[in-house]
Amino acid sequence: MTMILSVTKIGRAMGAAALVAGLAFAAPAFASEAGGPVVETQSWSFAGPFGRFDKAQLQRGYKVYKEVCSTCHSMNLVSFRNLADAGGPGFTMDQAKALAATIKVKDGPNDAGEMFERDGRPSDRFAAPFPNDEAARASFGGALPPDLSLIAKARAVHRGGASFLGDPFTLYAEAGPDYVYNLLTGYVEAPHGVTCDGALQYNQSFIGGTCIAMPPPLTDDIVTYDDGTKGTVQNYARDVAAFLMWTAEPKLEARKSTGLKVMMFLIVFAGLLYLTKRKVWSSVAH
Amino acid sequence: MSGHSTYTPSNGFTRWIDSRLPIIRLGYDSFVAYPTPRNLNYWWAFGAILSMMLAVQLITGIVLVMHYTPNTLMAFNSVEHIMRDVNWGWLMRYMHANGASMFFIAVYVHILRGLYYGSYKAPREILWILGVVIFLLMMATAFMGYVLPWGQMSFWGATVITNLFSAIPLVGDPIVTWLWGGFSVDNPTLNRFFSLHYLLPFVIVGVVVLHVWALHVVGQNNPTGVELKSEQDSVAFTPYATVKDAFGMVVFLIFFSWFLFYSPNYMGHPDNYIPANPMVTPAHIVPEWYFLPFYAILRSIPDKLGGVLAMFGAIAVLFVLPWLDTSKVKSATYRPLYKQFFWVLVICGLGLGYLGSQPAEGGYVVASRILTAWYFFHFLVILPVLGLVEKPRPLPESVTAAVLAKNAAH
Repeated sequence: MTMILSVTKIGRAMGAAALVAGLAFAAPAFASEAGGPVVETQSWSFAGPFGRFDKAQLQRGYKVYKEVCSTCHSMNLVSFRNLADAGGPGFTMDQAKALAATIKVKDGPNDAGEMFERDGRPSDRFAAPFPNDEAARASFGGALPPDLSLIAKARAVHRGGASFLGDPFTLYAEAGPDYVYNLLTGYVEAPHGVTCDGALQYNQSFIGGTCIAMPPPLTDDIVTYDDGTKGTVQNYARDVAAFLMWTAEPKLEARKSTGLKVMMFLIVFAGLLYLTKRKVWSSVAH
Repeated sequence: MSGHSTYTPSNGFTRWIDSRLPIIRLGYDSFVAYPTPRNLNYWWAFGAILSMMLAVQLITGIVLVMHYTPNTLMAFNSVEHIMRDVNWGWLMRYMHANGASMFFIAVYVHILRGLYYGSYKAPREILWILGVVIFLLMMATAFMGYVLPWGQMSFWGATVITNLFSAIPLVGDPIVTWLWGGFSVDNPTLNRFFSLHYLLPFVIVGVVVLHVWALHVVGQNNPTGVELKSEQDSVAFTPYATVKDAFGMVVFLIFFSWFLFYSPNYMGHPDNYIPANPMVTPAHIVPEWYFLPFYAILRSIPDKLGGVLAMFGAIAVLFVLPWLDTSKVKSATYRPLYKQFFWVLVICGLGLGYLGSQPAEGGYVVASRILTAWYFFHFLVILPVLGLVEKPRPLPESVTAAVLAKNAAH
């Protein structure tokens, strides 16, 4: 019994020791993250509680997506009508109709039981470049270009350490677009001693490994912007990342503006309840 | 319900009701006249907050089911249909997903409040055990709910967790096949998880009724841990507890809204926005954050069966907690040593949670083992021994005496 008693007395010290030991063992693992993907955070118009999409930026991003990304990547969850939705790129319904009409859609069967081709309508989804994943893989040596509808929410880079503890306070929720931007601009000279097999490319920001199957998709002046914005890789990357955030989270503006109203209501309501509570309890010592 | 009913029907109609089904009397006795300790602090608001979160999950869940399709080929896109095309669907779905996290935040606070103030001790053992049952049901419900969107983490989380049952000797593999409804996690698995995910919340409601019933028989514990002795130790539930709980609930809703509206994916995993693909395993399979401490315990044991037993043991130990703690004093306020061990346990739990999110390798595994050992050491060794050796501080005469002494000191 005395032995157990002394164990209890040093229990406190042991608890502290266990924690220190735990952190000490964990420390070397943090260090390995230093060599991880390079992701520099960008400034986004849609960040923070009052964030809104920049319509001009989304329209530019759409153009980059359409002229560059969509030649290999599908975007199966987005329809042309969405381009005219509130909180989106701000195309008119007529513009959305015109854009939809540029594609051919296989439909049917008709009354005669035949499949037929028709012009696209606003309710049609964006056209996929390949009929199925296997066809896409066959064209890219086995690599599948992922669907881009949700990519800005389906990718994020761990920034290491305890940064996740600060995110709820700073409301950092743009890890996805930050990653897309950095990936598109991350094709740099491979460091000494790093080689990529065959058609693979070195990319300093890729989270899936050292080398990526996607060749550098953007070069300066590859897309001509209609609003005079300079056609640089950085501008393309930033604009298309913003566009992909919108396709991943099309109700972002509705969410943030609803949030503001709900917050204001709840804060006033809480204040009134607190005053009521004080009044009710004022005659009772507690 | 402790003591006789003070309800008097005020008119002919309520008298007529009362003599046939005294449901108004039940409500009055439980939520109006019910005596509640006058010294409760805001940690006691989490019971009401949990009831609110259960209601939020039920209502949003029932609406989501109107638009969701439990089929492996359609589930993922039906969730995206809710997010994109259903009016206010994004709100329902984010409320439900974040609501689950909020539910667990509240339940962990509620459990820790019980641990700190000794709310599991006589005469509240059954009340406590029912609470642990609710916690287990919540875990099962949340786990199956996370599978429904049929993203990568849904699929692989389901695969990892159901595979745990294969650790059972002899019948492990047949049990796993039976759980899956096939030879891998597939459409039959999704369908039964959906069915059970819809069923279990109502089971939770039932056990919550028992939990509240037991609470109203034995009465609430309070920060002194001293049982109520006279009428002046308590106040009527309404308006005193009602308004205080309402304030606590609205403050919690502000906290909930902060995540819901401004960072709704913070507590989720990006991989769950990738449709489930049985051919591609994610680099790190991690459960939802609220399972991470138990996941760390699972992985800290090098043996599969041992890990499973340790994980379930970590919860099973809570069932016998009322008999492991040998101290007669309830509240940590009057237990100088227990108070410190309590906080060490909290830090141990947070540490396990962090380690559960990290890859099971190197220093992380060693740290998990140390903290897992500490977790069990706390319940199985420290608590029984502490009650015998600790010298508690003198207890107040009564709740009222404690309140008056505190107010005099200020």
